[in-house]
Amino acid sequence: MSDLESFRLQTRTWLQANCPPEMREPVRDETDLCWGGRNAVFKNDAQKRWLELMAERGWTVPDWPKDYGGGGLSPAETKILRQEMTAIGARNPLYSFGISMLGPALLKYGTEEQKKRFLPKIARGEIRWCQGYSEPNAGSDLASLQTKAEDKGDHWLVNGQKVWTSYADKADWIFCLVRTDFAAPKHKGISFFLFDMATPGVSTRPILLISGLSPFCETFFDDVRVPKDQVVGEINKGWDVAKYLLGHEREMISGMGLGTGAAASLGETLVEMVGRDAQGCMTDPMLRADIARFDVDAIAFRAMSERFIDELKAGLAHPAQPSMMKYAGTELNKKRHELVMAAGGSDTLEWQSERSRGGKPAREWLRTKGNSIEGGTSEIQLGIIAKRILDLPGA
Amino acid sequence: MPLFFNEDQTMLRDTAREFMASEGSIAGQLRKYRDMNCKDGFGHALWRQFGEMGFTGILVDEADGGLGLGHVEAGIVLEEIGRNLTPSPFLTTSVGAVEALRGSPLRQRWLPGILSGETVAALAVDEGPKHRPDAISMQAERFGNGFRLSGRKQFVVQGASADFFVVAAQAREGLTLFVVEKGARGLSVEGVRLADSSIGARLELDNVEIDADAVVGEVGQGAAALSRVLNGARAGAASEMVGLASGATDMTLDYLRQRKQFGRLIGEFQALQHRAAHLYSELEIARASALKAQQLLDERSDEAEAMVSVAKAKAGRVSTLAVQEGVQMHGGIGMTDEYDIGLYMKRDRVLNELFGDPNYHADQLARLKGY
Repeated sequence: MSDLESFRLQTRTWLQANCPPEMREPVRDETDLCWGGRNAVFKNDAQKRWLELMAERGWTVPDWPKDYGGGGLSPAETKILRQEMTAIGARNPLYSFGISMLGPALLKYGTEEQKKRFLPKIARGEIRWCQGYSEPNAGSDLASLQTKAEDKGDHWLVNGQKVWTSYADKADWIFCLVRTDFAAPKHKGISFFLFDMATPGVSTRPILLISGLSPFCETFFDDVRVPKDQVVGEINKGWDVAKYLLGHEREMISGMGLGTGAAASLGETLVEMVGRDAQGCMTDPMLRADIARFDVDAIAFRAMSERFIDELKAGLAHPAQPSMMKYAGTELNKKRHELVMAAGGSDTLEWQSERSRGGKPAREWLRTKGNSIEGGTSEIQLGIIAKRILDLPGA
Repeated sequence: MPLFFNEDQTMLRDTAREFMASEGSIAGQLRKYRDMNCKDGFGHALWRQFGEMGFTGILVDEADGGLGLGHVEAGIVLEEIGRNLTPSPFLTTSVGAVEALRGSPLRQRWLPGILSGETVAALAVDEGPKHRPDAISMQAERFGNGFRLSGRKQFVVQGASADFFVVAAQAREGLTLFVVEKGARGLSVEGVRLADSSIGARLELDNVEIDADAVVGEVGQGAAALSRVLNGARAGAASEMVGLASGATDMTLDYLRQRKQFGRLIGEFQALQHRAAHLYSELEIARASALKAQQLLDERSDEAEAMVSVAKAKAGRVSTLAVQEGVQMHGGIGMTDEYDIGLYMKRDRVLNELFGDPNYHADQLARLKGY
C-alpha cells in the first residue's frame, strides 16, 4: 500500500472515531459555524470538542508547518483529508479570517517572531481577526485609502476610519492597511499593521444591511497606539502584502460557488420542495431547465475549483487566477440563490416566521448580492483578468 | 490524482500541439479539402500520419498493439485537433469505434487498420435531426444465424469514407450494437456535406444481412455498450470544443491587441475587456470539466456519466460563446470567408449537435441526479 493510501485509511479511521455526529450534519445557518476567539461562543460541546481535537493535530490548518500550529501535511495529504471530511459530511472545525487571509500573508511576509507569536493562536482559534481594508472613499480604488499612521518614535499613532469590516464587533485583533507616507504615489505609502481591537481609541458600529443582518461594521481609530513590532513587511511596502492577502481572500470567497453541504446538486436539494410529475421529474419544466443548466455550471465550477487548488499547491496557478475564481464563484452563488427563491415561491418570501427560520432563504439571497462586491467587485476582477492574464492593452 | 496533466501527458500535449499546428493546420487541411470539395472532407495521408504518431492507438490496449492510454490522453489530442479545426476521423474511429470494439473478438479484424491509419469507422446512432439514443427504432430482425437490419440513420460523421459502421438497432431482446461493413448489400450511403465542410452521411439500410459474429457484445445488451461508446465520444467532443474555443479566443485576443479604432487599440476598451475576461473564465471552467470527466472515465467511476454530460454541455456552451464573441469582436472581417474565425463558428455548431447538445445533456444530468 502506498504512503498516501495508508494515510487515507488512517485519516478515515481517525475521522470516524473522532468527528462528533453533530459535526457531520449540514450547516444550517451562521450559528452553526465556529469562529473561535477570546470570547468564543460554542453552540454545543460537540463544536468545542471538534475544534480542540482538530487543532491538536494541526488539522485546522493542515498544510501549515507544524512549528506554527499546522499539520505539516503535503498538498496530496491535504487533499485526501478534505476528501475524507467531505465523504462523511464533517464540518470545517473553524472559520477564520486568520486562517484564510492573514495566515498565508504572515507565512510569506512575517518575521520569524511574528509567525511564532500569531500563527499558533490562529490555528487553535484563540484569536479572531478582522480585516481593515475598505474606507468610505476607498472601495474599488482601495489604494487611495487615507487612514493615517504617524511615527511617534517608539510607536505608531493611527487615526481614521474603515468600513465593511466583517465582524469587527466580534474580533479580537485587526490586520489593517494604513497610510504611512502621504507624499509617495498612492500604492507606495501604505503599510500593513496588526493591532488589538481592545487598544484604546478603537471603536466599531455595526451596519444594518438589506438582509436585516449586520455582519459588517464601521471601525473608527482615534489616536490608536500601535507598537512598532506589529508591522508586517517593510514600512510603505504594505501594498504587496495587501495584494497577496487579497488573492487568498478571493480564493476563499470563490469557494461560495461550491455551495454548502457535500456533493448534492441544486436540483436534488430543491426537487422535493417543488414537487415531481408522474415521470419523477421536477414539476415546473421551465424551472427544472434553469436549475439543470445551473447544475451544469456548478459542477463544472467544482471541477475548476479542484483544478485550481491542485495547481495552486503545485505552484502552477497564474498569480491572478484567484480573480477568475472569485468572479466565477460569486456570480454562480448569486444565481444559486435566485433559483432557491424561485423554487420556494412565496414560502421563501416570509421574513420572520418560524416556518422560514426567521426568513433564512430571503436573508441569504440578499446577503449573496454582496459576494460580487466584497473583496473586489466582479468588474475589478474582470479588469485584473484582462490586464494580467490576457495581456490586453491600456490602463 | 491532481486535476492537471502529469509529465507524460504534458509531453503528449506538446507533441500533439506541434504536430497539429504544422501538419493539421487550417490552410493545409480544412481549407484544402473544403476547396477541392473532397468527398471525404479530410486527408487520408494525414490520417496515416496519425497512425505513425501513435495517436490512433491511444485507447487501444497494449496487448492489441496500442498505447494502452486513456480518455485523458485522447482528450489531449482532440484539444489540439479542435484548436486547428483539423479534419480527421479520430473521434469516431479512435475513440468511438475503439471503445465499441473493446473486449470484442471483432477487434482482431479492425484494430490493425485503425492503428495504421488505413481504416475509418463511423458511429450510426441518430435517426432524426436531434440526438435521441433512447428512441432508436432501427429494426434488427433474426434471420438465419444472424440478423437483418432495416431503417435509417443520419448525421453519421465520416460515414462517406467509413470502412465500417457501429450501428445501434433494436433486436427483439433489446438494443444491440452491430458492425456493418461498407458495401454490404442493402446499405446505401449518401455523403452529405455539412456547414463546417465535414461529411455527415445519411444511411439507408434495407434488409442488410449481418452475421451473428458481427454483433458487438451481447444481443440485447447494447444500451450499456452504446452509452460507454457515446460517453467516451462525448468527453472527446468536449475536449475538441475546448480546443476550438481556445483557438477562437486566442485569435480574438490577438485581434484586440492589434486592431485600432478611434486612435486606440480596441483591446483598451473596457466593454471588450470585460467580455474577453468573462470568456476566459468560462473557458478555463470548461477545460477543467472535460479533464475531470476523462479522469473519471479512466477510473471507471460511477460518477463519470454525469460528469461527461456536464462537460459536453459546458464545453458546448462555452465554445459557442467563444465563436460568437470571436465573430462579433472581429467586426466585418469576421464575416468574411478569408478569415478563419468563421470556420470556428461553423465547426462549433456541428460539435455542439454531435452526441447531444447542451440541452440534451443538462436534461441528462437532471435525470441522473434524480430530478
